[in-house]
Amino acid sequence: MRRGIAATALVAALALAATACGGDSKDDGQGTQAGGELSGTVTWWDTSNDAEKASFQKIAEAFTAKHPKVTVKYVNVPYGDAQNKIKNAFSSGSDAPDVIRADVGWVADFASLQYLDEVPAETAGKIDAEFLPQAAASGKYEGKSYAVPQVIDTLGLFYNKKMLADAGVQPPATLEELKTAAAAIKAKTGKAGLYLRGDDSYWFLPLIYGEGGDLVDAKNKTVTVDNPAGVKAFKAARDLVTSGAALTNATDGWTNMQTAFKSGEVAMMINGPWAVADTYAGDQFKDKANLGVAAVPAGSVKAGAPQGGHDLAVYAGSKNTAAAHAFVDYMTSQEVQVQTAKELSLLPTRTAAYEQPDVKGSEMVQFFKPAVDKAVERAWIPENGSLFEPLKVEYTKAITGSSSPEDAAKAAGAEFRKILKGWK
Amino acid sequence: MAAHTSQSVAKAAGDDVENNDAAARGRSRLADGRNTGTGNKNGARGGLRRALATHWYAWTMIAPVVLVLGVIIGWPLVRGVYLSLTDANERNVARTIGVRHIDATYRFVGLDNYTAVLGDPVFLQRLVWTVVWTVACVSITFTIGLALANMLNRDFRGRAAYRMALILPWAVPGFVSVFAWRFLFNRDNGILNKVLDGGGISAIPWLDDPTWAKFSVIAVNVWLGVPFMMVALLGGLQSIPGELYEAAEMDGATPWQRFRHITLPGLRSVSMTVILLSTIWTFNMFPVIFLLTRGGPGDSTEILVTQAFREAFITSPRDFATSATWGVLILALLMIFALVYRRSLRKQGEVW
Repeated sequence: MRRGIAATALVAALALAATACGGDSKDDGQGTQAGGELSGTVTWWDTSNDAEKASFQKIAEAFTAKHPKVTVKYVNVPYGDAQNKIKNAFSSGSDAPDVIRADVGWVADFASLQYLDEVPAETAGKIDAEFLPQAAASGKYEGKSYAVPQVIDTLGLFYNKKMLADAGVQPPATLEELKTAAAAIKAKTGKAGLYLRGDDSYWFLPLIYGEGGDLVDAKNKTVTVDNPAGVKAFKAARDLVTSGAALTNATDGWTNMQTAFKSGEVAMMINGPWAVADTYAGDQFKDKANLGVAAVPAGSVKAGAPQGGHDLAVYAGSKNTAAAHAFVDYMTSQEVQVQTAKELSLLPTRTAAYEQPDVKGSEMVQFFKPAVDKAVERAWIPENGSLFEPLKVEYTKAITGSSSPEDAAKAAGAEFRKILKGWK
Repeated sequence: MAAHTSQSVAKAAGDDVENNDAAARGRSRLADGRNTGTGNKNGARGGLRRALATHWYAWTMIAPVVLVLGVIIGWPLVRGVYLSLTDANERNVARTIGVRHIDATYRFVGLDNYTAVLGDPVFLQRLVWTVVWTVACVSITFTIGLALANMLNRDFRGRAAYRMALILPWAVPGFVSVFAWRFLFNRDNGILNKVLDGGGISAIPWLDDPTWAKFSVIAVNVWLGVPFMMVALLGGLQSIPGELYEAAEMDGATPWQRFRHITLPGLRSVSMTVILLSTIWTFNMFPVIFLLTRGGPGDSTEILVTQAFREAFITSPRDFATSATWGVLILALLMIFALVYRRSLRKQGEVW
């Protein structure tokens, strides 16, 4: 336990060093009386990436224009560390944020630990009526709403139109076509075909869906990652790397992927709408029209990409829940969603937002909306977020060749059953 | 040992109160102390009581320190051992969320966690790599530190500047160094591979291949550890009288002979201490592994401490009990190591 405490202290120290957060959000947040004017401070922990955070900060702070007595304290928490940091803050209660941006996979976990304040009935009704149903599902736990969907996303195949044209290939629709295309690109331009992240198991999901598999079957309480489809998915990942079709890394995958794609070192990558703003900043995409997006390549069974996205939730221990809920309503309003769709190519969660000209006019939104409609919904169980870490270990081992696909699938299944006690 | 201290303090106290009863009691105590100094159990307990009676002022003075240490180290330790005997996790421990308090509901499960951890092949895998990592780091760090200390222990121009430069890695915060190395090691965009590429050598997957990743974490830890070794050994070197070397030189000893028969024995007490310290540090060197590779690729560079962290903070619900079990096992391993080390030093005649 001493080690654990030392580790916590270290993480806490790093958290402070990295974000210089800390602060006194609660002392002045006395909240409001019913019907009165909102006041106090709302601290928001946002997990958006470097290319997105300036826009979100500006939007968040504009809340003050509607509620002059409320101060919004914007804190950007890097996505990779956020789940832990939020848990640390929520369980200790001190310096905890009032509002968090949670990955859709975390909501059930936080809600099951009783960290989240239920969404007010009025808003909850609107979620059912006005939001995309698959987005609304992610904010619920045991039939109650704990979070309001902010953005929805899925993975797609990003490609460099010019490089593909130079090599004389079409965007591949299957893994086989991808390998052929990569060989042609290599022959014509000397560059690699695809960058596939090997350090994050979220990028494994299209491969397992492509073989007709899934991580778990929540309805039957069964772990399915190690069934034959799962094994085939690990094989497909390994095959992409050994055949030379894909580059990968076991560390710093995000940076390496973005660098390689933006500078034209690779012609394709698998990524989501959150990467669009950053990608447009690259040399190859000075002309935004050079970026194309297609559906993720299909495996031997189908093409499938996971449904992802982010929800906003209020901390149950917040001293200013009224203002916090009002802030969540504002951040998920149609107006804000249209703005983020326009500026950052992020997909709205409100059905009506898609009728707005700014949203309709966004090429990325136009591509991703049908993709999202077809995306594979994950099991919204509390353990959802925890499955990715053990899966990452095995996925990395398989993709770098230090473990066979069969062993990796078996080991991932064993780890899953440790987390999901009592599952088959 | 007990006899020694009580003798000297009783003597000091006795000087002031030579003629009263206390002095008489002191003397009889002194006699007892000698008799029981051979160390049987009863004698030791009696010795403790007498020590308390004699040195009450010393105990009073150190009480605050003992109290603080007890609170910040002893209590978490006891609590950790207790937790390792329960099934505590994030879902069933007591917590306060705003105004709401949730009571703890975890149960005592005895040694279940220990059998589970020790029965899992993962523990042995981590232990083997942790030992390899510790031995490699300490031996390489010690060798380089000793070589540098020897080089810096002579008079030459700019010696101070060299010393400063070599101590620098120590002055930079650990996580800064580790992140810097991470950039250097990056396979696609890192400087190391750019340099190798310039020399016509194909890129090395520093952090992407299990073997290279192990090499990399050891290299970074050595980089971080050498300055301390060097400074400590330099101090040791400077305490060896120069006359010994002069005499040896007169007798016609070669540099190697001088190193083997004067320097190494002269450094013994310093090197034994730094090796012990550095072994304990390296065994538990969390930041280097966690920040450089996160235990990866896969779990190939995961040591015992990072595994304990993984148990407690990566999965959900966080498993405090299992993590505490790992912590207690790590502590037990280090205590066994320290005892064995101490015993072997005693055999060699070192006083510890």
